[in-house]
Amino acid sequence: MSEPVTIAIIGAGPGGLSAAARAAALGVSHVLLEAAPHIANTLRRYPRAKHVMAEPAALPLRSPLSFAAGPRETVLDTWDDELRRCGVKLRVDARVTAIDGTRGAFRIALASGETLTAAFVVLAIGLQGNIRRLGMAGESLPGVQYQLDDPDEYQDETIVVIGAGDAGIENAMALTRHNEVILINRGEAIVECAEGNFNAAMAALEKGELECRHGTVVEAIEAGEADGFPLRVIANTPQGVERIRCHRVIARLGADPPRQLMESFGIAFPNADLDALPRLGAEGESSVPGLFVVGALAGCPLIKQAMNQGQDAIDRILGSPVEPVDEPMLKAKLAGFRHASSVAASLLEIQRALPLFAGLSAAQLRGVLLASTVRAPRAGEVVFQRNDYSTSFYSIVEGDVSAHVPDWETDIQLIAGDFFGEMGLISGRRRSATITAGENCTLIETPRRTMLKLLSVESVRRRIDQVAIRRAIHRYIGLFLEEHELDHLARSARIERYEAGAVLFREGDEADGLYLIRRGSVTVSRMIGGREVVLFYAAAGSYVGEMALVSGKPRYATVRAVGGSEVIVLDAAHVVWLASRHPDMRRQMDERYFDYMQAGEEEHRLATETDAARGQPENLVAFLMQQGIGEATDVLLIDLSLCIRCDNCETACAETHQGSSRLNREAGPTLANIHIPASCRHCEHPHCMKDCPPDAIHRSVGGEVFIDDSCMGCGNCMTNCPYGVIRIAAVNLGYRPPSLWRTLFGSGTASGTPPDGGCMPPKAVKCDMCKQLAAGPACVRACPTGAALRVSPEAFLEYARRKVDDGARPSLAG
Amino acid sequence: MQRPTLLGFNRHRHLKAAGLLVAVATLAYALDRPPVPSYGGTWLGYALGIVAALLVLRQLWLGVRRRHHGGSGNLQDSVSAHVHFGAALVVLATLHSGFHLGWNVHTLAYLLLLAMLASGVYGVFAYLRVPRQMTDNLGEEGFADLLLKIAELDERARAHALYLPDELGAVVMRAVTQTVVGGKVFRQMSGRQPDCPTRAAVRRLHEAGDPLDAAQSAHQRELYSIMLRKESLLIRARRDVAFRARLGFWLYLHAPLAVASVAALVAHIAATLFYR
Repeated sequence: MSEPVTIAIIGAGPGGLSAAARAAALGVSHVLLEAAPHIANTLRRYPRAKHVMAEPAALPLRSPLSFAAGPRETVLDTWDDELRRCGVKLRVDARVTAIDGTRGAFRIALASGETLTAAFVVLAIGLQGNIRRLGMAGESLPGVQYQLDDPDEYQDETIVVIGAGDAGIENAMALTRHNEVILINRGEAIVECAEGNFNAAMAALEKGELECRHGTVVEAIEAGEADGFPLRVIANTPQGVERIRCHRVIARLGADPPRQLMESFGIAFPNADLDALPRLGAEGESSVPGLFVVGALAGCPLIKQAMNQGQDAIDRILGSPVEPVDEPMLKAKLAGFRHASSVAASLLEIQRALPLFAGLSAAQLRGVLLASTVRAPRAGEVVFQRNDYSTSFYSIVEGDVSAHVPDWETDIQLIAGDFFGEMGLISGRRRSATITAGENCTLIETPRRTMLKLLSVESVRRRIDQVAIRRAIHRYIGLFLEEHELDHLARSARIERYEAGAVLFREGDEADGLYLIRRGSVTVSRMIGGREVVLFYAAAGSYVGEMALVSGKPRYATVRAVGGSEVIVLDAAHVVWLASRHPDMRRQMDERYFDYMQAGEEEHRLATETDAARGQPENLVAFLMQQGIGEATDVLLIDLSLCIRCDNCETACAETHQGSSRLNREAGPTLANIHIPASCRHCEHPHCMKDCPPDAIHRSVGGEVFIDDSCMGCGNCMTNCPYGVIRIAAVNLGYRPPSLWRTLFGSGTASGTPPDGGCMPPKAVKCDMCKQLAAGPACVRACPTGAALRVSPEAFLEYARRKVDDGARPSLAG
Repeated sequence: MQRPTLLGFNRHRHLKAAGLLVAVATLAYALDRPPVPSYGGTWLGYALGIVAALLVLRQLWLGVRRRHHGGSGNLQDSVSAHVHFGAALVVLATLHSGFHLGWNVHTLAYLLLLAMLASGVYGVFAYLRVPRQMTDNLGEEGFADLLLKIAELDERARAHALYLPDELGAVVMRAVTQTVVGGKVFRQMSGRQPDCPTRAAVRRLHEAGDPLDAAQSAHQRELYSIMLRKESLLIRARRDVAFRARLGFWLYLHAPLAVASVAALVAHIAATLFYR
């Protein structure tokens, strides 16, 4: 038996390494035991040069080892190097088979037969040591594997990948380059993966690069050479049993806590679920005194969290007080807070003041506050302006603010405990009111991304919806209502969500309510001359369905969602009753009714005349909606009757953006002399923002969606953009626009050639509407004939309608 | 929200400014009673000459301006000013001459100026007319789409041609291999290929009289429809080339004429100052 140590650390992953380095730094006798022949075994199995992320970005690292996002190799080399230097006692190839004893006297048996003694144990073995196996005949055949180290190792093989989670899809996609890949998915559709992976898989399926069997369960794997295929996967598909012949099977089925092993150590679990994590005390100590658990087994699957826990565990064992790692940051954030003395007191105060956050756990609240900013605006200071494009969400901890909307007679006061900014969060559109701070006001400003994550917490979502419904009703139709009527109407309202293209109601249906659109947009169409003609486009903030309520007849038109939309449905009888009591409300609805009837007539006339004159069956508005104009906020379009095809727009774009153009004039659809070139539309809910690992895509106050320098070129935004307007391009750092000399005489540095500065690694580039130029987008200004213009969808529809109406009249002369 | 054109840009701002300039110059010319008949050497002549020379410099600046995208301002604005002041320049230069023309360097400068104006007028005309014609011609397709379709038709034609008698097959193969879109300037401008092999193939396939068996007849009919389709695509493609040539070629006259007229202008000014 070797010399007893104070702390034995089991598992040399991020958590274990950090713990061991801490012990070594403090001069405590320790040993770090690793079953594999090297440290960080899981990380080492990542594909070559895979980008390792350091999420959550706001969380500081508390470890003697350094760690930053970067390629796998860099992370591993840094750790190797630092471990050597700080004198960690590492034993590799040392698999632990048993632990017994308790605090002060643990006996640890190794597979080699050796036994170690230690006063404390830190268990940091993670989940990956216990990856799920197929559990069926043939699960251990040669060629059946549970991980993929280097996808380029296999060429021209038929490979069956089982499991359509992130790991399975990533493996499958990497293999499609040189192999034929069949992905087997237990579910009816691919759902259990990140959006980037989902889109990549969908694209590959569409192009036929990847085959997928949905709703399929593998029953067995058989060996036996047949036509050059060594394996057969017996799969139960919805169509029946299929024998898939292949060279290789890769099963990515996830991992479970090594429960049996841990229970043999005496560690208790809260329930019998396979994925249950061990029951731990507040300090990370398990049911065995002196045995601490850190990392993924303690519910912290991220590298940085695990490393912090590793260090904290050692400090706790040694009896030093450990304050949470985010404590100093929170302290700094809450410094401006008036009453509270400590962070804990401030948190309590906040949770007491804000009913919205009452249901959050301490850890969740800390997370929200870490991402947020505490603001104490002076009385009279404007928090945000109406029509701004800012997207954060505000909670009032103290004091009050007033909301001003031009067509309201009086401003609305919001007091402590209220929140605002939820309309922008939900609709993705411009701010609907100007908010001004009152006396002694303290606000918590939470970024959109954090709020969207928080919406998955049921209590938060419910509370925001309650308030948002009431406000939306008040803002858009209920200005004339009494408080109790408003409350009553809000209580009876319900929220409905619609996919793109889904029908809210059909022409001729019985009227069931008034539809207030709070997110997305809809088209209103009627059957004219035997086909559906779109009459209007209505965006978030307006309502539809009032015509039938006013007339008392069945639905006048069919309403469809353009993109994913959310609607507040108000009960029909209720609205009619209220309208009968409030002449102003009735008048407002009547006016809209007549406006719509007139506009509808006009549209009808145009639709029929256009058809007759031009023999063009397309419905222009419908065409534009198909092209995604409905969800845009600013579209570049080209009037082909003015465009002289000089491509000056592209040249100007390139010259103002490091030599690479973000627009393609010729690409994109055309109708009735209107061309929509491939260029960013700055969507209301930008698809590109959805899955950006470094959170590099933002919307500025002016509405431009842009990508900042933290982009790492992963390409998620490019796959997520349905309009194909994002490219991954090498950014030329040393780019200079051509000089006057070169312009005149054609010598000097050619534009676009990289000078000594060289190129940056490729990054995602897209239109940023030249937000750095005060004069506005270069493409539009560089157009010699005024053919290029940028407009919002409402103006676009207006313009397009006029173009069609113009018919054959040459527009340049007009 | 009707888009303003080059001519009507910014509520005819440049038209009004240039018109005012012309009106003032004409009025001054009409009222002027110089001791000698009007010519470039009277005080009014000098004044008009200086203004005209400055205008020439202003016109030249567009060449620089349209290649610079960093600054503020709108290129349509500059182009609109260029068009209107270009027209005004001719009036000013004519008044400056006092209608004295002869076989000398002064008249050469004047004539070059007129030639430049003529090319510019054509340019404006083309910019106003051609874009709509191009859209009408191509519709939603691009030029590359047409070429791709033509290539596909050629591929199919090759396959069918193998079954025809040699002479007939050769006609089709000539259509496949020797049909040209574009070419030299005049060919581009005309939008035609004289003796177009595809046209010839259409005509030849239409002529009856070849001793063909049933299978060959089927191929011939198929080929005829392929060649007809190809011909209509060719007409559109060539027309597109012609339109683009019309939009572009005049600049190859306009710019060199500008350089030439500036050279003549320098000679004109130098001569005036030297021989006064």
